Amino acid sequence: MLQMTGAELVVRLLERQGIRTIAGLPGGAILPIYDALSGSDGIHHVLARHEQGAGFMAQGMARVSGRPEVCFASSGPGATNLVTAIADAMLDSIPMVAITGQVPLSMVGTDAFQEVDIYGITVPITKHNFLVRSAQELLEVIPEAFRLAMSGRPGPVLVDIPKDVQNQTLSFEAYPEPAVATPCPALDHAAIEAAARMINEAQRPVLYLGGGVIHSGAAQQAVTLAEQAGLPTTMTLMGLGAMPVDHPLSIGMLGMHAARYTNYVLEEADLLVVIGARFDDRAIGKAAEFCPRANIIHVDVDPSELHKIKTAHVAINGDVEAVLEALIPQVKVQLRPEWLAEVGRLRAAHPVQWASEEDPRSHYGLIRAVAAALDDEAVITTDVGQHQMWVAQAYPFRRPRQWLTSGGLGTMGFGMPTAIGAALAAPERTVVCFSGDGSLMMNIQELATLAEEGLNVKIVLMNNNSLGLVFQQQSLFYGKRTFASKYRGAPDFLKIAEGFGIAGVDLDASDDPRATLAEALARPGPCLIHASIDRNEFVYPMVPPGAANTEMIGG
Amino acid sequence: MIEQVAEPLQQASCAKVVLELEVNNHPGVMSHICNLFARRAFNVEGILCMPMSNPEKSRIWLLVFDDQRLEQMVLQLEKLIDVLSVRRHGADHEVFERLERFFH
Repeated sequence: MLQMTGAELVVRLLERQGIRTIAGLPGGAILPIYDALSGSDGIHHVLARHEQGAGFMAQGMARVSGRPEVCFASSGPGATNLVTAIADAMLDSIPMVAITGQVPLSMVGTDAFQEVDIYGITVPITKHNFLVRSAQELLEVIPEAFRLAMSGRPGPVLVDIPKDVQNQTLSFEAYPEPAVATPCPALDHAAIEAAARMINEAQRPVLYLGGGVIHSGAAQQAVTLAEQAGLPTTMTLMGLGAMPVDHPLSIGMLGMHAARYTNYVLEEADLLVVIGARFDDRAIGKAAEFCPRANIIHVDVDPSELHKIKTAHVAINGDVEAVLEALIPQVKVQLRPEWLAEVGRLRAAHPVQWASEEDPRSHYGLIRAVAAALDDEAVITTDVGQHQMWVAQAYPFRRPRQWLTSGGLGTMGFGMPTAIGAALAAPERTVVCFSGDGSLMMNIQELATLAEEGLNVKIVLMNNNSLGLVFQQQSLFYGKRTFASKYRGAPDFLKIAEGFGIAGVDLDASDDPRATLAEALARPGPCLIHASIDRNEFVYPMVPPGAANTEMIGG
Repeated sequence: MIEQVAEPLQQASCAKVVLELEVNNHPGVMSHICNLFARRAFNVEGILCMPMSNPEKSRIWLLVFDDQRLEQMVLQLEKLIDVLSVRRHGADHEVFERLERFFH
């Protein structure tokens, strides 16, 4: 017979689940769990400076490892501060278990100090959530939270644990088994056969890979399918890295900031093979005019994504990897010389300009110079805005989980704490966070966490002293009335970094920025790399909001 | 980033549908279900919930319009962990008809 408190049980169950690092920030209502955690040999706690930072650190770990990771917060404001990071995980299908302290059960519903209904608040932004009512329930709830987070389409799960439940002593016979993912639905062989037939018969097919390919670990199968069937392949923002961007069949990212030729190739397609993607509006533009000539094969693990935005001619519900394994043997080897020549003609007629950018002080040049100084083992995170789109366009992503970005929610402040999480999960890798001045200031307090942990995280700050993408939209679509998008003050980010105990280099002041950059990236430990960027550099091409993808401006 | 520009929501048809849900009986289940409809701007005309003979489960009856988005709503309902099954009935199902007299 085992006997312990609810708090000790939580820590033991996390250890048994294989959790080795937890990011969090304690407060009154979660102190029993922190007390139990202080006695754990197996778990390293990373003390964030803001709960949102802790949430993104857990995401960074999960995005690199592919398995659910954990963050802790206290009740009330601690819990509400996690909300943005949880919503972000929901929209990008990231497995995460958030554990929050709650006021004692007897005080729930009394507007007690630091009480907030985080269960109610997180209903629409979690895959599932729990308010635990007894220590006994933890034996089921904790493994179930992990099982749900990792099964099918991954996502965040919240477990809210009142303080008296943490303190309650319970006796039980044996620990529950650590959670494993529930098997995915059985394969629909008739649909897979129909899909193979459509691919074999198509004249101008395009393969369209989303984040589901990364989550399912199916990048290799996706590339095999493309090579076997001669499929030009596009990737969504979340799918970047599924196929190396310099693979001869890659046509890069599609959508709002795609290269022109990519959107033109899609316009000519007669078949779209959509794998683990959800037809997000940033990817497809005006839905009714997206790929007007194409039939659609749609494979997704989430049945509610099928036919949601675009009606599929063949819809296959299943794990992407399993479906591809079954599909590939039925797909004919084809070279498709005519279609690939047409793709090549479109590419030549609309050349990608950033590829030739040589000045490391320019936005594209800086990104290419970072890429040139690193190998594919590095992990790249971004914040949200112009810099994010420039990196998505110009960085040569070549492997899954190399690229961590806030796709669905578009959360400024994501980049640095996520980079910390990535470095915690993969300490042997160099982690680079591309950020903007607007984004970096949203979670800048985590520089303290970064300094404390001494992780190999390099922040490349592309500083245009403005909210660049807002400035861009106001310039293009609001009569150049650039209101509330230019900062009047200009913080000295290198001094800020120094104040936090983080080394910094300024590419503006360097005689040889390429060498300075390479040295800074090669030196172990955290570093802030500062570069000024012209505010009038915009992200092009750009599909205006609500327009079809072929109506691009610029580029 | 940029405001969404989309077609206006289509007007719901007048036809109604009754949905019968079997769910786990614990506090919070109603909140999950009502929240799902509310956040997708899908109106619920009538709702009825009682525990079943097995008190660990409840049955929920929903009266909704037969909108083109209904299929998506049902798929979303089926994704809720506490929803065990969803069945569709015509609007003439007697459950709401027999309750009419309490409302008129």
